[in-house]
Amino acid sequence: MEIYFFYMFAGGMIITSLLMVTRANVIHAALLLVLTFFFLAGVFVLAGAEFLAAVQILLYAGGIMVLYLFSIMLMNVEVAVRMRQWHRQGVVVFVAVVLLGLQIWAVLGEVEFAAPKQWEWSLGATPGNVEAIGAVLYTKFLFPFEVASVLLLAAMIGAIVLAKRRIER
Amino acid sequence: MIPMTHFLVLGAILFLIGAAGVLMRRNAIIILLSIELMLNAVNVTFVGFSRHLADMTGQVFGIFVITVAACEAAVGLAILIALNRDRTMVNVDEVNLLKW
Repeated sequence: MEIYFFYMFAGGMIITSLLMVTRANVIHAALLLVLTFFFLAGVFVLAGAEFLAAVQILLYAGGIMVLYLFSIMLMNVEVAVRMRQWHRQGVVVFVAVVLLGLQIWAVLGEVEFAAPKQWEWSLGATPGNVEAIGAVLYTKFLFPFEVASVLLLAAMIGAIVLAKRRIER
Repeated sequence: MIPMTHFLVLGAILFLIGAAGVLMRRNAIIILLSIELMLNAVNVTFVGFSRHLADMTGQVFGIFVITVAACEAAVGLAILIALNRDRTMVNVDEVNLLKW
């Protein structure tokens, strides 16, 4: 049963992401990417990462993609629909993507995965997924967590400096 | 129980689609969206390994990846807005002022 849901979510993700990459209208592309993220949240739930699935929908689909849509609104994107959409480097892209795919295929063919370990917790039991993440995030990964906050601050200042209007003197 | 290979293959396919999008499209916003897709493909792999090894580290790193993606989106879109201020410039090959 679980595996059919996985195939459904994975197939949805691949179809919507292929459509996203080929759209001429950026608003359609952004909305298709939101759909991809919803399917991805489904995959996360199947993998037992409920907190990450919630973060995916709230932060990615709700936050980052709205930021994209607002930025698209600020730009003049209608002219881009009538322009040439593709670089003239299809052969290079084909070779690069095929080589990358063959590498991944070779590595995946080599590896033999043992039977997965069992979680110490299960769905609905205590400690749950959120508690387990918090216990690791605020102890073992406290320093990367603080570094991430500095990174966010730097990105915030950078975005304000880059996007603000020059003040005429 | 979903086999581990399924997560890895899904992550690889999404990463390849994103990489092809970055290399082939001219529209700068769609290139940024493709980069988001590649970051999420990495997250699929992280979460798959987290499930396989019954270790929380993969999910914690997924949260860090989302943080980096948010920063990248904010700075990238700010650059695009700055490029768009004076004249319409939405294709990456039009931005060639520093090109040799």
